[in-house]
Amino acid sequence: MTLLRHTTADVKERSGLTINPAKTCQPIGAMYAALGVRNCLPHSHGSQGCCAYHRSTLTRHYKEPVMAATSSFTEGSSVFGGQSNLLQAIENIFTIYKPDIIAVHTTCLSETIGDDIPQIIAKAKEEGKIPAGKFVIHVNTPSYVGSHVVGFSGMVKSLVDYFAVATDDKRRTINIIPGWVEPSDMREIRRLTAALGVETIIFPDTSDVLDAPQTGQRQFYPDGGTPVESLRKAGDSLSTIALGLSASGAAARALDAKCKVPCDILELPIGLRATDRFIDALRRAARVHVPEALNRERGRLVDVMSDMHQYFYNKRVALWGDPDQLVALSEFLIDLDMRPVYVVTGTPGREFEARMARVLAGKISEAKVRQGSCADMFLMHQWIKEQPVDLLIGNTYGKYIARDENIPFVRHGFPIMDRVGHSYFPTVGYQGGLRLLEKILDAVLAHKDRESSEESFELVM
Amino acid sequence: MAAILPERKDQVQRKDGQAAPDLACGRASAAGSVSQRACVFCGSRVVLYPIADALHLVHGPIGCAVYTWDIRGSLSSGPELHRNSFCTDLQERDVIHGGEKKLYRCLTELIRHYRPAAAFVYATCIVGIIGDDVAAVCRRVAAEQGLAVIPVHSEGFKGTKKDGYRAACDALMQIIRPAADAARAAGEGGTLPFSINLLGEFNIAGETWIMREYFKRIGVEAIATLTGDGRVADIRRSHRAALNLVQCSGSMTYLAKQMEEEYGIPFKRISCFGIEDMAQALYDAADFFGDPAMDVRARDLVREELSELLPLLQEYRRRLEGRRAAIYVGGAFKAFSLVRALRMLGMKTVLVGSQTGNPDDYRQLRELCDEGTVIVDDTNPLELSGFLREQEVDLMIGGVKERPIAYKMGVGFCDHNHERKIPLAGFIGMLNFAREVDNSVNSPVWQFMPGHRNVSHSGGIV
Repeated sequence: MTLLRHTTADVKERSGLTINPAKTCQPIGAMYAALGVRNCLPHSHGSQGCCAYHRSTLTRHYKEPVMAATSSFTEGSSVFGGQSNLLQAIENIFTIYKPDIIAVHTTCLSETIGDDIPQIIAKAKEEGKIPAGKFVIHVNTPSYVGSHVVGFSGMVKSLVDYFAVATDDKRRTINIIPGWVEPSDMREIRRLTAALGVETIIFPDTSDVLDAPQTGQRQFYPDGGTPVESLRKAGDSLSTIALGLSASGAAARALDAKCKVPCDILELPIGLRATDRFIDALRRAARVHVPEALNRERGRLVDVMSDMHQYFYNKRVALWGDPDQLVALSEFLIDLDMRPVYVVTGTPGREFEARMARVLAGKISEAKVRQGSCADMFLMHQWIKEQPVDLLIGNTYGKYIARDENIPFVRHGFPIMDRVGHSYFPTVGYQGGLRLLEKILDAVLAHKDRESSEESFELVM
Repeated sequence: MAAILPERKDQVQRKDGQAAPDLACGRASAAGSVSQRACVFCGSRVVLYPIADALHLVHGPIGCAVYTWDIRGSLSSGPELHRNSFCTDLQERDVIHGGEKKLYRCLTELIRHYRPAAAFVYATCIVGIIGDDVAAVCRRVAAEQGLAVIPVHSEGFKGTKKDGYRAACDALMQIIRPAADAARAAGEGGTLPFSINLLGEFNIAGETWIMREYFKRIGVEAIATLTGDGRVADIRRSHRAALNLVQCSGSMTYLAKQMEEEYGIPFKRISCFGIEDMAQALYDAADFFGDPAMDVRARDLVREELSELLPLLQEYRRRLEGRRAAIYVGGAFKAFSLVRALRMLGMKTVLVGSQTGNPDDYRQLRELCDEGTVIVDDTNPLELSGFLREQEVDLMIGGVKERPIAYKMGVGFCDHNHERKIPLAGFIGMLNFAREVDNSVNSPVWQFMPGHRNVSHSGGIV
């Protein structure tokens, strides 16, 4: 493939240039998070293209209609500010699309010209453009800071900032902030908490929004999403379990600060130990017993891990994507006796390196971990050219390397634009662990089948 | 009628036998609409992206680079540098202190490393706001590195996607003009016999190759395709063509006009979608060159292709007769071809619209369509889904954002945009198109949709 002849084996330091990124910009994360709120219309305050790009990318991944409005900036708005666009947008949206909430996120354009969103929202309220019982919320998502994960995290925190209240009516509910995972993962988390008999408030929740069933009816706002009422009551919960520091930590801490709801920030429950910690945290927080059915579920995962370990021993793995996924996946891989040797995320943040170091714990001394600027697929490919790996795990952007270097590839994370179905099967929890195991082994053995010479091509493996 | 924003009432029309005012169009989308449109940058990027041996550097934040990374299946028969994503990944400090130095460093690094045939630097929204002098950086690097480094003024907010096409055409002229001047100075500027350029053809799923082959068969040489399977050297020679054939007219008419003005190259609008339009394109070319032998070759070619095609199409027509279609595409000119192509399959277009049509386009569409057809400019999902239901549509033709809307309503779909994976242009393309339409419209999956005649509203089979 000529495409990646452009990658050279020698790693050369670059001065800020990014080639084949392992991140994207903040606003798309804010859009995805807002889609997990019931009857909420995400709104992009900027040029039309941003909104179109985010909707297209989310559609390519989730294979569902993605609704979001835009301020449709013109040259005039970029000179005089976007206030009148946003005011008109708010009026139009409540008239035609009738959401309960408009969730505004900014763009690099509106950030740089300095639009003051809270002031514009206040003005809209003053002018009666926000009907009674309806809300306009916002988050600042300058595209030149952080990444899509930061935008997601920011919008989830805004849900707390705008809605959560502490009243005297304390409840026995546990808040769960699931992070940027698939709708199926959010559904699986709900199933696990229900199995434990724990009453929860999960936010955001894109299940039944971005995996809505075929009803023959076109619903502008599908039935899923966390209702405003639940977001409000999150302030009265017993405690919060946040899954993934990068995507969910900020909201959990904000809720603690604002409503004195204590939080437990865990890694995503991907793999055996992370799921154990999640279940245990739930058990302790809600003071419940783990039902036998769940223990048996766990037992099945452990059983399959032992069935498969012979195939996994010492396999070198390269991973890329978002920090929360990478940390959790790495831990699981190490427990399976694999070696996560290259780990890359474009999302900046030093704490990622510390979290990875905890997981690697000196066990994978050859591991290379890189975050932030110039941590991209080009660098990943150079590392692989220097010393190859046995398996790739990450989003669709790895397919060039997989083809060029002939390495088995398991798609995981966001975005996956060249397959259908990923958003319907969880990778969190014990069940999710089973699915990951099956996918990994299938990829490894399919590769072996394809590459084996005829005499070593075997029926039983 | 479907729910329509008050500001948009005059952007929607139903053909009903009465005289009607021109459809309002060409205006910015109402703030707050869920528009299917994109921005200036998007327009520039899709037009220039297929030039495979050029370096394409996005000067801006990472998103603009990510969302345009290898998303358009514009195939290359050789270099694939264009399929990589290069970005200056502007950070907060660059926004404050300016991004020129970073741009200079990135550009220099890239050019040294890849030695591309030329470089395009795309200015995004933020670059326009912070006021980086992209043109100056490009000039400096061009002088230092000795190759064409072209700034593309594609700040997202500076208009619509159409303005992005214009910016791309301006950028192309910056390649063509110096080459033409140099050739003239060297006395090599003459028009090449029986030569054309194909403008607005982007080689999605290999369509450029099909087109070029047809023209070759009738004795016409395509010097450059702008920009499908594009090469900088070909673009430099494009000023020597006798005729410009403009396919995606929305994107490239502006360039054709400039080339007419500066090099006296006349142009013709053509379409390569559907049998009639494809044949007409070949006849038009033959007619232009006024060569009787070429005319005979064109007729032979059409006859040969059709003798194979028509019997096969008959079978599809039998399966599709009477079904109802909706079309929502970027440029209106493609919609004309699609209405005709669907008619050939016995299908009726009951809803048609575009993101960027002009009044003339919409007048022609009105003439072409049957009574009762709804015509829309810059529509949105709410309207679309309303019309899909109201007009009892069986097939939607559109792009990435329209597909799931159609599916959710139990309507078949055909991508006629960046995500078509098989060629839909040319005679063979018509057959592919018929197959794809049939495959979706007549799929057994629709029988399971709630609301379908065999399914109760609770979802159970009756």
